[in-house]
Amino acid sequence: MSEWQSQRLARQARLEAGAILAVGGGKLVAAGDATALLEAVLRPGDRVCLEGDNQKQADFLAAALVKADRARLHDLHIVQSGVTLPEHLDLFAKGIATRLDFSYSGPQSGAIARALNSGKIQLGAIHTYLELFARYFIDLTPHAALIAAVSADRAGNLYTGPNTEDTPTIVEATAFKNGIVVAQVNQVVDRVPRVDIPGDRVDFVIAAPKPFFVEPLFTRDPAQITDTQILIAMLALKGIYAEYGVQRLNHGIGFGTAAIELLLPTFGEALGLKGKVATHWALNPHPTLIPAIESGWVQQIHCFGSEVGMDEYLRARPDIFFTGNDGSLRSNRAFCQTAGLYACDMFIGSTLQIDLAGNSSTVTPTRIPGFGGAPNMGSDAHGRRHASAAWLKAGREASDGPAAMTRGRKLVVQLLETFGEGMTPTFVEELASVEFAKKMRLEVVPVMIYGDDVTHVVTEEGIANLLLCRTPAEREQAIRGVAGFTAVGRARDRAQVAKLRARGIIRRPEDLGINPLDANRQLLAARSVKDLVQWSGGLYAPPGKFRNW
Amino acid sequence: METLFIQRDAAQRAPGKSPHALVGVVASGNLEVLLERVLDGVRCEVHVKTPAAGFGEVWRAVIEDFIERHAPGGLRISINDCGARPDTVSLRLAQGVRLMTMEASE
Repeated sequence: MSEWQSQRLARQARLEAGAILAVGGGKLVAAGDATALLEAVLRPGDRVCLEGDNQKQADFLAAALVKADRARLHDLHIVQSGVTLPEHLDLFAKGIATRLDFSYSGPQSGAIARALNSGKIQLGAIHTYLELFARYFIDLTPHAALIAAVSADRAGNLYTGPNTEDTPTIVEATAFKNGIVVAQVNQVVDRVPRVDIPGDRVDFVIAAPKPFFVEPLFTRDPAQITDTQILIAMLALKGIYAEYGVQRLNHGIGFGTAAIELLLPTFGEALGLKGKVATHWALNPHPTLIPAIESGWVQQIHCFGSEVGMDEYLRARPDIFFTGNDGSLRSNRAFCQTAGLYACDMFIGSTLQIDLAGNSSTVTPTRIPGFGGAPNMGSDAHGRRHASAAWLKAGREASDGPAAMTRGRKLVVQLLETFGEGMTPTFVEELASVEFAKKMRLEVVPVMIYGDDVTHVVTEEGIANLLLCRTPAEREQAIRGVAGFTAVGRARDRAQVAKLRARGIIRRPEDLGINPLDANRQLLAARSVKDLVQWSGGLYAPPGKFRNW
Repeated sequence: METLFIQRDAAQRAPGKSPHALVGVVASGNLEVLLERVLDGVRCEVHVKTPAAGFGEVWRAVIEDFIERHAPGGLRISINDCGARPDTVSLRLAQGVRLMTMEASE
């Protein structure tokens, strides 16, 4: 036999070991045999993707893997975007897994930091989503993918439901490189509503006792939006959306962008922006965008994932959202991230900390939440070659070179309230991630968005346009000039800041003709989750924790 | 409870005719601001009652910045603070002087 077939032969041996547990020689394995199946098809040292997406979690398979015999399974290398379940960390505590490459940790951000500190996890790198997906095809190809879907038929065809998310990417990398694919499903059916993953890419199917867990990550209760956030949203709409005519965009997660979404049908309408801005989106189905959609602002949205409670609304709006022939949403994180990188003219989102060069981070001394997708959206795509008015205007503002050779720029906008929880200043001399990287001996300081990609910083004090700055000293004073009463803000050079304001690099609410009295919750198109349900005509079904009426 | 008193001359008298205005609410993280047009000339007085001790320097910075930006001459301003952040204080003060330019409601 030639040496060229070793992976295929290894796969065959794994399949045969697993087939013993399959019911009637097919693909179905009983839930009670899940751990035995994983022990049969995995090998020590394997790279394993235990599907943990931003939202959807293969939680049953995670729990089954934690129960594996450490004598049989150890030193696994976990390669997955989201490490968000306690079981994911248990794998490392038990020594079943030792190496980790990931993107996002959300609720486990403190536990990951502790595990890194204690040496339980050997960290490869913290990636952005597209970056990790890319490495699945180069040097982090999984030997096995343990994935989650809504339903399967007996041939292994999978229906993922609205939360398709990362599944096609993970399966592509695994199934076509001699890997093993095991799916947990909520139910086995005779015929799936649509085929999201063809059955010949799926080796084993287990009907889990409970539906997989989905985290409602993108729901912001309008009742929590403050007047300061509304003021910042007004500044962004009038000073950036209107000025650049931004039609294609991505919104980050947070109350700042939720406020903008809820001002489109009110303040945005009054500015005459309907149809001129915010028409095409790469976005999860944010419930706070419902009033703008219902008011006719939005033409099209492609989604990374879905959102709990939005399914019926999405099903009823196929002109806006991507849906399958079965009627439900089809999301796809890899494609939507690519869309956000290459086909959007603006990323706008909130951050927790920003330094004097405009670098931002969400790392605190004890938490490492990872990156997710914001850096893919919040960076200039140097491979972009198509023009748009917003992109060209941004590029021209940043350049003093010959107009003919001036490339455009992605607008990358950071929204910040100058103080966060418990009077913590958001503007700092040095990001907490610098100290964190030293302590954890990371080769790269975790930076969410690098300062040289940031084009605007917006706070309640005003907008700093970094495109128009010509020196690092100007950038620093522009940032200090909107840093409010933080120590960084109070240390500004007042004469320099006045000059920057005269040049339009800093713009105050009064410079934009914004009346502070309008920065008021009455300006929100919806002031509660109940209002959102009403806007949706009763189609939006918020999860229990957001129902307070 | 800490009290602060700051007085400065503003660049000009506060615009408008309204004799007084009240903005904000007494709620956690918020504040109530009473503005009264009772002083002569361009003098502006600000009285602060706050439950958070040790932020005198920030209060002074916020208020001096407000007087410089908004020229609230002739106003006596009383702040009843409930632990508001500086950005909220600035916003309420800006709203208050704007309210003083509106027609009196009574």
